[in-house]
Amino acid sequence: MTQTPERDDQRPLALKIEGVSKTFGQPGGLLQKARPGVRAVQPVTLSIPRGETLGLVGESGCGKSTLARMLVGLLEPSSGRIEIDGKALNTGDPAAFGRLIQYVFQDPISSLNPRKSIRQIMETPLKRLHAMGRKDREARIREIFDSVNLREEFLDRYPHEFSGGQAQRIGIARALAASPQIMILDEPVSALDVSVQAQVLNLLARLKETYDLTYIFITHDLAVVEAVSERIVVLYFGSVVEVGPAENIFKSPRHPYTKLLASSAPVVGRPLAAPEQSHTELPDPLNPPPGCAFAGRCPRASQPCRTIAPPLTPIGDEQFAACHFPLED
Amino acid sequence: MAFLKLLFRNKLAAAGLIIMGLVVVLAVLTPWLPLLDPDVTATGDRFKPPFSAGHLLGTDHLGRDLLSRLMWGTRLSLMVGFAAALIAALLGSTVGIVAGYFGGRTDNIIMRAVDMLMAFPYILLALAIVAALGPGLVNALIAVAAVNIPFFARNIRGVTVSLARREFIDAAKLAGMGHLRIIVFELLPNVAPVIVIAMSTTVGWMILETAGLSFLGLGSQPPQADLGSMLGEARSALITSPHTSAVPGLMIFVIVMSINLLGDGVRDALDPRLRSGALTRPRAVTQIDRQQPAPEADGASLLALQDLSTEFRVAKRTYKAVRHVNLHVAPGECLGVIGESGSGKSVTALSIMGLVASPPGVITGGAGRFEGQDLIGASYETLRAMRGDKVAYIFQDPLSTLHPLYRVGDQLCEAIRSHHKVTAREARTRALELLAAVRIPNPESRIDNYPHEMSGGMRQRVSIAMALANDPEVIIADEPTTALDVTVQAQILSLLNDLRRERQLAIIFITHDFGVVAQLCDRVAVMYAGQIVEEGPSQAILDRPAHPYAKRLMACVPDLGQGRRELEAIPGLPPAVDRLPDGCAFAERCNKASQACRVGSIELVGTSDGRRAVRCLDPEESLS
Amino acid sequence: MTSYILKRLIAAVPVLLGITVIVFLIMAMIPGDPATAILGSYATPENVARINRDLGLDKPLVVRYFIWLGNLVTGDLGRSFSLNRPVLDEVLERFQATLILAGVSFVLCAILGILAGVVSAARQYGLADKLITFVVLIGISIPSFFLGMMMILTFAVNLRWFPVSGMYAIYGGGDLPDLLRHLAMPATALSVVATGVIARMSRSAMLEVLRQDYIRTARAKGVHERKVIMGHALRSAMVSIIPVLGIQAGFVLSGAVYVEIVFQWPGVGRMLVDAILKRDILLVQGGVVFVAACYVLFNICVDVAQSLLDPRIKT
Repeated sequence: MTQTPERDDQRPLALKIEGVSKTFGQPGGLLQKARPGVRAVQPVTLSIPRGETLGLVGESGCGKSTLARMLVGLLEPSSGRIEIDGKALNTGDPAAFGRLIQYVFQDPISSLNPRKSIRQIMETPLKRLHAMGRKDREARIREIFDSVNLREEFLDRYPHEFSGGQAQRIGIARALAASPQIMILDEPVSALDVSVQAQVLNLLARLKETYDLTYIFITHDLAVVEAVSERIVVLYFGSVVEVGPAENIFKSPRHPYTKLLASSAPVVGRPLAAPEQSHTELPDPLNPPPGCAFAGRCPRASQPCRTIAPPLTPIGDEQFAACHFPLED
Repeated sequence: MAFLKLLFRNKLAAAGLIIMGLVVVLAVLTPWLPLLDPDVTATGDRFKPPFSAGHLLGTDHLGRDLLSRLMWGTRLSLMVGFAAALIAALLGSTVGIVAGYFGGRTDNIIMRAVDMLMAFPYILLALAIVAALGPGLVNALIAVAAVNIPFFARNIRGVTVSLARREFIDAAKLAGMGHLRIIVFELLPNVAPVIVIAMSTTVGWMILETAGLSFLGLGSQPPQADLGSMLGEARSALITSPHTSAVPGLMIFVIVMSINLLGDGVRDALDPRLRSGALTRPRAVTQIDRQQPAPEADGASLLALQDLSTEFRVAKRTYKAVRHVNLHVAPGECLGVIGESGSGKSVTALSIMGLVASPPGVITGGAGRFEGQDLIGASYETLRAMRGDKVAYIFQDPLSTLHPLYRVGDQLCEAIRSHHKVTAREARTRALELLAAVRIPNPESRIDNYPHEMSGGMRQRVSIAMALANDPEVIIADEPTTALDVTVQAQILSLLNDLRRERQLAIIFITHDFGVVAQLCDRVAVMYAGQIVEEGPSQAILDRPAHPYAKRLMACVPDLGQGRRELEAIPGLPPAVDRLPDGCAFAERCNKASQACRVGSIELVGTSDGRRAVRCLDPEESLS
Repeated sequence: MTSYILKRLIAAVPVLLGITVIVFLIMAMIPGDPATAILGSYATPENVARINRDLGLDKPLVVRYFIWLGNLVTGDLGRSFSLNRPVLDEVLERFQATLILAGVSFVLCAILGILAGVVSAARQYGLADKLITFVVLIGISIPSFFLGMMMILTFAVNLRWFPVSGMYAIYGGGDLPDLLRHLAMPATALSVVATGVIARMSRSAMLEVLRQDYIRTARAKGVHERKVIMGHALRSAMVSIIPVLGIQAGFVLSGAVYVEIVFQWPGVGRMLVDAILKRDILLVQGGVVFVAACYVLFNICVDVAQSLLDPRIKT
C-alpha cells in the first residue's frame, strides 16, 4: 500500500523490509472470545543501503521499539518480510539474525546479566554464533575492547561495578562481538547523562567507519537523531509519516506532525511557546481513527484526512510524507 | 564468604544458625550417643518426672526414655522436613521457571493447575493425599511436599517473569543461545537466591506440618515416633504428666524458631535491596545534624538557601550530595538549577522542606529561609504547615508521584483541606477551578478520574494544580517534564510560564536541559558534584559561560537544526561524591586544569554587582 | 461491579470442577476396595459384588466421576458408613462449628496482624517495632497444637478461667456467653500463627509503600503524618495485604483441624481425621469438596474486596 521510499543511491542494500507490521492480539479467557488486536506497527516498507545511518524517531508508543524488535527477530512480525543482504530471514529466530544484525539496548545495566562476568558475557556470541576456540576468542575480545575504549581488566568484573556509560560501551562491545553488518541502536544514549552521551555517540560514529556497519538509530531525541543520521524516518501511531534526509527533515518538514515535533523541542535562543493546544485528542490504539491518525491534532486537517489514510508519497527529491496536504517551504 | 559475613552481622540469625547447627549435629550423632533404646517399654517406670535416675527427661506412658525418644524423634522430624522442603523446592521451582520463561499458553495451563491446587486450604489436600495413600511417615512427607509445590511454583514464576522480560535475556537470544541454555546459564543464577530464600523461610513451616500430621496420627506410626507423634501420644496424659508433652513441644518450637531466625538472616543477606539498606522507611522530616549554628539571615529574599549541606550516610560511607549551596529566589522569578545526575540538584530541592529520604539523608549544615524564617531544624508541625501552603513541589514522574488509589479530585481536595478549614463542597469547587486553571479540558468529568485513567501530560497538569492548590509563594519543580514526550513538554512548560506571570510565583526549576533553561529561567545555577560551579542570568551564561564545565556541557549537547556532526564530548566521569578529590571536582576532566586546581577548596567568586559568580581559578570568561 | 462479581463467579466454575476432579482422582487411588471396608467380616465375594454394583464401582472411572458429580450437584454426597447418616448433613453440622471457630480467629488475626504491622513499620527500629518483631517471631514458630495444649494446662486446669474443651457446657450451657467462654482459648491458639504472618507481611508492605514517590508527594503537600500512614500508606499496603489475608484464611482453616482435636471442638476437621482413620472415604471426599468449595467462594470475596480497593483492576 505504501510506495518504497527509495533514495537515489548506488550502494547495495543492507536491509530491506516489505510491509512489516505487528498486531498484538488480545486473547480472551476460557469463556470470552478474543478481541481484535492492537495494531502496534502499520505495514512499513523501507530499504536501507549498506553504510547508512537511518534515524527512527517518534514519541512514546509510536511503535519504534516494536519495529526494531521485529528487525532482529525478537518479535515475529504479523505480516511482511525482512531481507538482510538479499536473503529473506526466518522471522521468528533471533539466533538466525544474530550473525547479521545486532541490538544495543536502551538500559545498559538491565541488558547485562548481573550474575555473569563481563568476560562470560562477551564470550557467548563468539562461542554460540561463531564457534570460536579459546585462543581466538581472547584475541577477538581484546581487539573489540580496544576499539570501544574499555580496559581489559574490566573483563573479570560484574555489571553492577560499572557506570551507565561504561555499561553501554560493554553492550556495544557485545553486539560487535557477533560481527554483524547491521546494528539496531534502541535509544542507546537516553539513559545517559549528556556529557557521557556525547562520548558514546562519537564512539558509535567511529565504530561505524572501522567496521563498515549500517545503523538503525532509534530515539525520541530530535537533536541527537539529527546529529548522527543520514536519513530520518518519523513514526506516529505505528505508521511512517515522513522520511527524508537528516539535514532537511526538521528544517523544512513536510508532514505537520514532524513540524510539531521540531517546534516543540526546547531550543536555546527560541522563545517558549506551546505549539499546540492542550485539548487535542490522541488516537485510541484500540479504536484507531479511519483516516490519518494525526488528523485529530492537525491544524490543517479537513474532510479527506478523517476518512482516507494518506499514503507515503514523494515530495521534492528525497523527502516522502504521508499527508494529503503536505507543508511547503 | 561475603554472604556468611553478612549473615553473622545479623546477631539473631547467627544465634539461629548456632542453635540449628547444634540440633542438627546432635540429630546426626544420635545413633552413636549413649542413649537408651527409644522403643523399649517398661510399664513399671511409667510417667517418671524429669531428672529421675537413669532418665534425664523422665519417661512416657509406656515407660520409654524420653531423652532417647526426643533425640530419635528430632532426627526423624528434621529428615522428613528437609526432604519435603527439598522436593517441593525442586519440583515447584522447575515448574515455576518453565511457566515464567515460556509464558503464553504454557504459563496459562501450568498456572491454572497451580491455582487449582492452591484453591484448597493446604491441609485438606494433605489429608486427602494421606487418606488415599494411608497413614504413614513417607506418605505424610509426600503430602507435605505436594501441598508446598504450588507455593514454590508461584513464587519462582513471579521472579522468572520479571527476569525473562529483562533485556539481558533478549541479548542472550541474539547471542545465539537456545532456550535450555538461557534457562540454565542466564536465568537460574538469578533465580537461585530466591529459591534459597523461599526454602529457608519455608523449611521450618514444613517441619511443623509434618509434625502436625504425625500429631493427628496420620504420620509416623508406633513404635517409631517423630516429634509430632510424641506430642500426639502425650496428649492424653497432658494434665497428669505435662512434661511428656512439653519435651517434644518445646523441641519443635526451638527448631522452628531457630530456622525462622536463620531464614530471615539468609533472606536479608541475599536480597540486594536490603543489602543497600533501601528498605528503610523515610521519616516525615529529614534528619538534621548541623555541625555549626545556622548562618545569620542576610538580605530579604523570598526563599534563600545559605550554605546548605546534605549528605547520605550509608553504613560507613558518607556521600556528600550537596556542599555549601547558596541560592535565592524572588517573587515572580524563575531560577533554574541545572546539572547531570548525581550533581545534587534534586537533593538541594528536597532539602528545603525536609523531604530528603532519611535515613540515609542528613542535612549537616546551613539554613533555608522562607521570608527570613529558617526551615532547617524547624519543628515538624511548622514545616508541615508550610509544605504545600507556602512552598509547593512538582515532581518528575506524575505516574509515580500521584497516589494510584485516590481520585485526582480527592487528592486535590486533600491538599486544600490540609491547610484550610473548608467544607468538602467548597474544596471540590476550588479543585474544579484549579483543574481549569491548568487547562485541563472538561474538569467536571476529569475530577473523578484516577491517575491511571489520564495521559502523562494530563497527570502532570494535575500535579501542577495540586501545587497551586493553596496559592503558594514558591514552587519547586524537580524535572517536571523529563518523563514526558516532547510535544507534551512544550505544553507543560508554557503553562508553568504563564502561571508564574499571572500569579507572581517564584519557581525553582530543576533540570538537565539547557533548552528548557533558556526558554523558562531568568537566572540559572550550574551544579557539579554537589556544588554550584556557576551562577548568573540565564542569557549571560548561555552566551558566555565562564566555568569550563558549563561551557563544555553546552557544547556536547546537540542543538536541533545543525545537521550531522561530531560532538565535543567531555572525557571521563563525574567524581563519586563519597570520594571527592581536593580542589576542583572537575579538574580531572578539565583541559585547562593546573596544579593549583587540585589543592584546597576553590571558592565561588562573584562579580561586584553580585549578578554572576563562578567557581574556577581560570574561568573561560573574565567576569567583572 | 456486579459484572465483575459475575465474571469472578463464572471463572470459579472451572476451578470448582478442577477441585472435584482432583479429589475424585486422589480418592480413586485408594488401594483395596471400599466394599471390603464396609462389609468387614461379611465380605463374601457375592456381597462385595453386590455392594460394588450398588455403589457403581464396577463402571469405568470417567463414568463414575460423572455419576458422583451429578449426585454432588443435587446435594447428594452419599452416606457415611461409619456414622450411618448422609454425608451432607454431617458436614453441614460440623462445618458450622468450624466456621465459628475459624471465622472468629480470622477476624482476630486480620485486625491484630495489620495493626501490629502498621505500628511496626511506622516505628521502624524503635522499641515498639523490636517488641512486635520479637513476639511475632515466637508466634510464628509455635505449633498451634502445642500452644493449645499449654493453654489448657495453664488457663483451664491451673487457673480455671476457661473450660478445658468442647463447644458448649454439657449441662445448662448453649447460650452465647457459654459459647464465648469455650471459644476464647481455641480461637486464640488458632490465630497466633496467622497473626504473626500477617503482621510480618503488613510491616514489609508498609515499608515498601512508605518509600514510594506518592508518599513524598503527600508529605510535600502538607498532609498530616498520621494521615499519611493510616490513609495513603495503609491503603496502598492493603493492596498487597489483602491477598495475604486470603491465603492466611486457608491456613486458619487448616490450623483449625489441629485446634479442633486439641480442644475437642466438634468441627469438620476432627470429623475428617476420624473419617480417614476409619477409612470412611465418602465422608472424607464430601468433607474435602465442601470445605474447598467454601474456600473458593471466600477467595472470590477477597478478589472483590481487592477490586473495590484498587481501581486499576479492570471491573
